[in-house]
Amino acid sequence: MLSQSAFDGLLAILWPLFFGTVAFFMFRAGGDPDTLVYASLGAAVMGVWTATSVSAGSALQRQRWHGTLELLVAAPTHFSLTLLSMTVATSTIGVYCMAGTLFWGRVVFGIELPLEEPLALAVAIPATIVSIGLLGFLLSVTFARYRTAWTLGAMLEYPVWLIGGFLVPLTLFPGWVRPISWALAPTWGMNAIRDAATGSGSAWPDVAMCVVLGAAYTATGVLLTNRILFAARQRATLSLT
Amino acid sequence: MPPVVEAIDLHRTYRTTTGTFRRRSLEVEAVRGVSFEIAEGELFGLLGPNGAGKTTTIKMLITLLIPTSGQARVLGRDVVEDAHWVRERIGYVFGGDRGLYERLSALDNLRYFAELYGVEPRSQRARIGELLELVGLEGREKERVEGYSRGMRQRLHIARGLLHDPPVLFLDEPTIGVDPVGARELRATIAGLKAAGKTVLLTTHYMFEADALCDRIGVVAKGRIVAEGTPRELKERVAEGVVVEIEVYGIEDDRVEALRRIDGVTSVAVEDRDQAQVVVVQAEPGREPTHDVLARLDGVSLGRVTTREPTLEDAYVALVTEEREQVSD
Repeated sequence: MLSQSAFDGLLAILWPLFFGTVAFFMFRAGGDPDTLVYASLGAAVMGVWTATSVSAGSALQRQRWHGTLELLVAAPTHFSLTLLSMTVATSTIGVYCMAGTLFWGRVVFGIELPLEEPLALAVAIPATIVSIGLLGFLLSVTFARYRTAWTLGAMLEYPVWLIGGFLVPLTLFPGWVRPISWALAPTWGMNAIRDAATGSGSAWPDVAMCVVLGAAYTATGVLLTNRILFAARQRATLSLT
Repeated sequence: MPPVVEAIDLHRTYRTTTGTFRRRSLEVEAVRGVSFEIAEGELFGLLGPNGAGKTTTIKMLITLLIPTSGQARVLGRDVVEDAHWVRERIGYVFGGDRGLYERLSALDNLRYFAELYGVEPRSQRARIGELLELVGLEGREKERVEGYSRGMRQRLHIARGLLHDPPVLFLDEPTIGVDPVGARELRATIAGLKAAGKTVLLTTHYMFEADALCDRIGVVAKGRIVAEGTPRELKERVAEGVVVEIEVYGIEDDRVEALRRIDGVTSVAVEDRDQAQVVVVQAEPGREPTHDVLARLDGVSLGRVTTREPTLEDAYVALVTEEREQVSD
């Protein structure tokens, strides 16, 4: 809604294809067709996460630059609802990221996606995208209070690629990383999508965790919004760019 | 009938920090005990120079800032305790280029804010159409805001603030930076709002604007209301005095101080005009300060000297200058 630039649109189209291309070249060197499917699905969810983490932060910062943040706060609609709709909207760009990456992998690299559990996959994909959007919402709540917190969104982009298990299995990381990755909905979403596509296990428990975590992010975000906005009104940080 | 807007001894302090490694905290008292009331259907003006505390006061009333102390009520409800209730019933319009989505059309801006302000979807189209007509933007609503002039943006701001038809409106310097014709049109729109029964709080630093629009004016200086009354009452405060204007070419601060010490002089202000400055000296009724003023300016290169009756602007300058002097003392 905020941007109608053709250039922005072009970047949004090309960006996931870059991710996919890099991942496909890396994994093709291994010569194992199964890892190419692994990479294809991982690159698809990477695009969803990137679209959400970067956009969620910059969307609110853009409100500051436009001078509209105060208007959003002073509007009768609860600010958490405004913020939620903004971040979930940005995560829907992830639908394209996922479809574009899989299509690119099929057409350019000849990666055929198995569909062992179509129903589970049909549920796992939207559950993952929405829960990533809700994680973006929780992050963006803090951006209302701290002006430079939007950089956190950009900073989290690459670590979550790793600890979400998008490209590399979590078993390769030290044990202390796992509790962090379990707290992230993208980890469970990624597992659910892979299990549903390849049939390597039941996707439903992972889908359930994804939904539970998404609900937890929403509840925490709504509770935090009131406290953070009160602090921002006390410290007069809403009008600052 | 209870007042629609009440400010009771409002204070607001800002805390800023300086330095990177040795951080020092600095407190700035922007509002220092502001109190006033606005009755239903009244257009009340807060008049004051830049930095006087007008915008801070308005932001406390519209729930964007928490007062450091004091209380504010709108339609009888506390703006801190019942912020959500208050937000549903107020409109806020501010001056300047910001506060709009540049890449969206005026129509899309209004549609988005209509959603946020809870305007019923089925009545949105009609309401937006009415407002575009009211502010004179019909026919231009599909253009992107980035191509709008300052005046058009201001009119769009007003339309946005009226979307949910609030009974109380807060207008923060709505004509700032707008050309004279555009400003006149905006003033006509604001007068129309009052005629429609809205209660309006208007902040401005244009004397003639306050004079033309407001039922009552509160003059704000250094975070305090230094005078309050109808435009006529404020004019009467200085109507009996005399004003001497002296064109000078370079005047030192100690000379200005010397003028202030002349017996019977109530205020001295210096305005820059091109290469010269104009010293405006106001004196008490019955005093004729011209001789003493010229004596204290001996040696300064002088231009035209005129004596005239005071205007509302002189009343405003006198009030603001007095407050500044008291604070600096």
